[in-house]
Amino acid sequence: MRYAIEAERLTKRFRDLAAVDGVSFTVSESEIFGFLGPNGAGKTTTIKILATLLRPSSGRATVNGYDVVRQAASVRRSIGMVFQDSSLDERLTAEENLLFHAVLYRVPQREALKRAGELLELVGLSERRRDLVRTFSGGMRRRLEVARGLLHRPAVLFLDEPTLGLDPQTRTHIWDYIRLLHRELGTTVFLTTHYMEEAEVCSRIGIIDYGKIIALDTPAGLKKLVGGDVVAVKAADNRELRDQVRQRFCLEGKEDGEAVYFETPDGRTFIPELVRAVPDVREIYLRQPTLEDVFLKLTGRAIRDKGGDAVEWMRIRHTAWRRRRRG
Amino acid sequence: MQGFLAAVYIIWLRDVKRFLREGTRILAMLGQPVLYLLIMGQGLRATFRVNIAGFDYLEFVYPGVIGMSVLFTAIFSAVSIIWDRQFGFLKEVLVAPVPRAAIAMGKALGGSTTASMQGLILLILAPLAGVSLGPEQVLAIAGLMFVMAFAVASIGTLVAARMETMEGFHLVTNFLTLPMFLLSGAFFPLKTAPAWMQPLMRLDPVYYGVDALRNVIFAGSPLKSFVVGQTLTGDLLVLFCFSLVMTGLGMLAFSRTE
Ligand SMILES: Nc1ncnc2c1ncn2[C@@H]1O[C@H](COP(=O)(O)OP(=O)(O)OP(=O)(O)O)[C@@H](O)[C@H]1O
Ligand SMILES: [Mg+2]
Repeated sequence: MRYAIEAERLTKRFRDLAAVDGVSFTVSESEIFGFLGPNGAGKTTTIKILATLLRPSSGRATVNGYDVVRQAASVRRSIGMVFQDSSLDERLTAEENLLFHAVLYRVPQREALKRAGELLELVGLSERRRDLVRTFSGGMRRRLEVARGLLHRPAVLFLDEPTLGLDPQTRTHIWDYIRLLHRELGTTVFLTTHYMEEAEVCSRIGIIDYGKIIALDTPAGLKKLVGGDVVAVKAADNRELRDQVRQRFCLEGKEDGEAVYFETPDGRTFIPELVRAVPDVREIYLRQPTLEDVFLKLTGRAIRDKGGDAVEWMRIRHTAWRRRRRG
Repeated sequence: MQGFLAAVYIIWLRDVKRFLREGTRILAMLGQPVLYLLIMGQGLRATFRVNIAGFDYLEFVYPGVIGMSVLFTAIFSAVSIIWDRQFGFLKEVLVAPVPRAAIAMGKALGGSTTASMQGLILLILAPLAGVSLGPEQVLAIAGLMFVMAFAVASIGTLVAARMETMEGFHLVTNFLTLPMFLLSGAFFPLKTAPAWMQPLMRLDPVYYGVDALRNVIFAGSPLKSFVVGQTLTGDLLVLFCFSLVMTGLGMLAFSRTE
């Protein structure tokens, strides 16, 4: 069996920080594989190594069977890349950006024009194709970038947080056609995200934290790590609540700021017992486990706690500021 | 090889397209040379006296002003490489299956094309300087401007290959352009310069560019032997060799970027 991507004890050190720390995984052809992890986990660094933009400090990786260090040119020929931060030329039109790309990837001009037309149609930018990219909104730019990454029909497509900072509607839109293209062209997709809902789309997910893969499985498999249902409870005193539940039910709760989460095989019978045992409960919420719970269970932290959000907002603001300065 | 040429072509084309879209900036760039020509030219005209019949300082300075304008626009055209790096576009090229050396070549060609297009606009100032040009001269000047611009743009490209920030780039290029400008012989001929300065002037690529322009503008004039330092062929030879070395180094620098 040939793998689209193979990584073996991949490590990247920036001075004394191991941004990627002995990561090993394989991605089969035509798979949608996701990296899920908080800010600074090492997702972008991994992608850059696989795309030949960074040299690993140690370990090895192949993409489409080519070594990312020794056969960088062959790797580059066979991949498409959508970077986390925009890499469009704002002073060219949407169509010009695509045609520039086509020349770099040696797509013949007639074919390039045809594909550019199709892709712009697909991402809903046909009407704007002759407009300068600097007049585009963030979502439109993102869509154009995804289209560009697909123009040369790469065997493997890397998407680094393809929907960061987009509104939910645009996010759904982008996902719809990533899936469509995956279905129609059989492209292998390697993506990173820290949106849980997006990770669900993947056939398999690697959860990465501090440069290490701490779990790797199908979304359903990962959720099985959480035992059964999740019951989220808010009480007047969360500490008191955890103590009582620990004594009464032998269950350890996890807290993420406001609510306490308990994993239990059967949530429906647990809730009435809990209410009887702990009278000052204010809210109770029962749900199936999500990947968020998986992350919480594995690391004891929420993947996007308030700190993470603040960092993300800073980054979005920072990008906007740079754009303004330039424009 | 074909991939290399295709990449050079498209990188060049992008720069030219972007340049042509900046109509107002192109006109604004005309201001500085006009000031130099009028203020410096007129001001120095009175003090720079030579006992040669028919010598007019403005006419002498005009090719120097063209050379200067080409120098500044060509070297700063490489600033777009720093922009591309900071705003992410460079990644699009770095991850593409093309030799990275193509960036150096494409950028140097793009920069020299736009710089010589700007230089061409300066030809409309010729009457101001009392210079009249025939069509062959205009063609020759256009070609020379391109050759000189390429030599200078390849210096800019080499610097930009190594620089991460705008500040760093400006620091280094300012440090380079000022002596190149002053030693170019734009405002005084090499022959009248002090002996210690002459070898320094001969190290300056812009000197050969300006000298080549004077070779063309003063062709057939009795003043030629005074204003010109060496033959046109000599000038071109130096400029070609210089460009070759600089572009080579630039291509090497880009091939090594991670
Ligand atoms: N060029 C660099 N020099 C030094 N440190 C770096 C460099 N690039 C990344 N790092 C560090 O490596 C770590 C991993 O960064 P990386 O960009 O891979 O995170 P990420 O998982 O993509 O995070 P995010 O979700 O914020 O995009 C971070 O701690 C970051 O500060
Ligand atoms: Mg990242």
